[in-house]
Amino acid sequence: MNQAAGTRLAAWLNRLVDFAPVLIALLLALLVSSVLLVALNVDPLSAFGFMLEGAVGTENATAETLVKATPILFVAIGITIAFRGGMINIGGEGQMIAGALAGATIALVLGDVRVPADMAKTPGAFDLLIVTCSLVGGFLAGALYGGLAGFLKAYFGVNEILSTIMLNQIAVQMMNFLLNGVLLDPAEAGFNNIPKTARLVTAAQLPRLSLPLGDPWIFDRTRLHWGLVIAIALAVVIYIFLWRTSLGYRIRAVGENERASSYAGIHVKRQMMLSMFLAGGFAGLAGVVQVLGLQYRLQTDGSPAGFTASAGFNGIVAALFGGLNPIGAVPASAFFGGLLVGAQKMQREIGVPASLITAVNGLIVVFVVSSEIFIQQRSKRRVSLQETPPALADEPTTEEAG
Amino acid sequence: MGLDDIFTASVFASAIRLATPYIFAALGETFAQRSGVLNLGVDGIMLMGAFGGFYAVHLAQEAGVLAEPLGLLLGVLVALIVGGLMGLAMAFVSVTLKAKQGISGIGVYLFGLGLSELLFQQLVGTPKSVAGFPRISFPVLTDIPILGEIFFHHNLLVYVAFALVPISAFVLNRTTFGLMIRAVGQNPEAADAMGVSVARVRYATTTIGGMLAGLAGASLSIALINLFQQNLTAGQGFIAVALVYFGGWRPLTVAAGAMLFSFVNALQLQIKVIGADIPSEFAVMAPYVITIIALVFATKRQEQPTALTKPYERGE
Repeated sequence: MNQAAGTRLAAWLNRLVDFAPVLIALLLALLVSSVLLVALNVDPLSAFGFMLEGAVGTENATAETLVKATPILFVAIGITIAFRGGMINIGGEGQMIAGALAGATIALVLGDVRVPADMAKTPGAFDLLIVTCSLVGGFLAGALYGGLAGFLKAYFGVNEILSTIMLNQIAVQMMNFLLNGVLLDPAEAGFNNIPKTARLVTAAQLPRLSLPLGDPWIFDRTRLHWGLVIAIALAVVIYIFLWRTSLGYRIRAVGENERASSYAGIHVKRQMMLSMFLAGGFAGLAGVVQVLGLQYRLQTDGSPAGFTASAGFNGIVAALFGGLNPIGAVPASAFFGGLLVGAQKMQREIGVPASLITAVNGLIVVFVVSSEIFIQQRSKRRVSLQETPPALADEPTTEEAG
Repeated sequence: MGLDDIFTASVFASAIRLATPYIFAALGETFAQRSGVLNLGVDGIMLMGAFGGFYAVHLAQEAGVLAEPLGLLLGVLVALIVGGLMGLAMAFVSVTLKAKQGISGIGVYLFGLGLSELLFQQLVGTPKSVAGFPRISFPVLTDIPILGEIFFHHNLLVYVAFALVPISAFVLNRTTFGLMIRAVGQNPEAADAMGVSVARVRYATTTIGGMLAGLAGASLSIALINLFQQNLTAGQGFIAVALVYFGGWRPLTVAAGAMLFSFVNALQLQIKVIGADIPSEFAVMAPYVITIIALVFATKRQEQPTALTKPYERGE
């Protein structure tokens, strides 16, 4: 083996070690939840068996897992940017709602517009326009909502954890207000039972997704939609952005060491706002994609998680579980989607409440951040052994003076 | 409808009652943060304390083995223990394992949120109420018009919470333990050089913070609302953390912030009751908007413990 290949192999192994905390966390979480189940007089093996069956046992189950994973993945990509930039964004829930409100409004308004004559000639062109406008609008609304917390942090020193938590509550109330008022489905107005918008016209809906692998196609007749494809494509884009562009490098530099970045001439405040802006935008996409791809309307039950189903929080867990890497977030989100769908099966079959998954998510977060210490000790040893700190070895060497 | 429909004695009284869980939780968090530990898991710990306290009282009252006051004290004890254990776990994660505190706190929150609901559904099932701490009637005092209703007709935990405010201030500012807490949060290297164990102090404060968070939860489930349900606290623990920033890490101002916040909340409830022409969503939203605005002005001050969220590494 030549030396270059050897170095590359070593780099790959090093990158694998980045995921070690994740595996440790997973094993520990499995262990603790088994203990919990035993304490509740439930056989852990049968509980896990039902979860697995519920998550991937049938084609429809797998599709549901991926449907659940889609908003989680969008949020996780955003959280990855924020956490890499040193911003602890807990506002995924509120940013999702902001995106969904804006996206649903755009889709409803444009859905009522008569198709312009020159567009009517190309089938699907107007549909594409509606969907694109809604997605962009949802992104921007979430981004502005997240960016607000970034702005308050950058210029007023307001802790972003606290401001995003407050903004979550505010967004829930704003949604309840709008869904009970101007956005309320006219058909619902007399009864006023469920706060929800009118149903989107077909043109404004994201198409269903099925794969041409067999007859009938795989995932035909399931709720799987194109949102998943958009999310995975954006995960790749954001990976490239964070690790292969100088702007992404600046965001990460601020996250690693604010003071050093400032001395290096990086506009720290601008990067803070930018990472929160992008994080909010991705959460906003999660919200609007739920509306356009799955529910075909914006609806809630009035409770904080009534619309989001806590995807804004689960996205944080998936981001950490994915090693704060957008590509890693893809399998991580699928895993959590599976946990959530599988837990419903477990609840139906043996009556173990699905809230077990919330507790397990919490454990995973604690274990992932706790096991980072072992990685840090390891890289410290490496630093003392080698001349160059390996953390700098794979950075782009472009000038970072901007 | 005039202002005297809104600013009634019962609004002031309910502001004082509503402040109770915030005061417990925020005082506990003040201790933790003054020593340099940001415990964001307060809400999860409150939920576990709320469930633990509720379940103990529920069992005691179902079985009828304990006299009522003893059953209630047992509930408080269980909440303190559960909260203390979770605080201890948070201390282990942040002090010994040096995990990022903002994120690990969210883990503790999710854990408490999920586990309290899981245990509730498995062990209790349907929502049940318990006979909680009764309101105390003082001779003469309770009968004073207006003031009696506002100040002298609350349950025991309300008075305990308010009594803890000056006690906490005294402990932090006038005792050796308080000096150690402040030293460890402000300058851990110097404290270490003086022979103070940074780790031990932070373990102590985070555990105390957990106990008070557990008690805050119990003050909801066995004194104010007298029942447990999924996500009973609805984010009150996060507000408590915000109040610590808002109050500049000093018990008296933290408690004042808690009073202000609950007063806005009580007004909001009253506005709903009298059916004022304000959408209820905006009324519910108001305290959160005010908290953000307050944080904008509060965090300009340079009072934050310098070592907050920073794990202590001994230079060797």
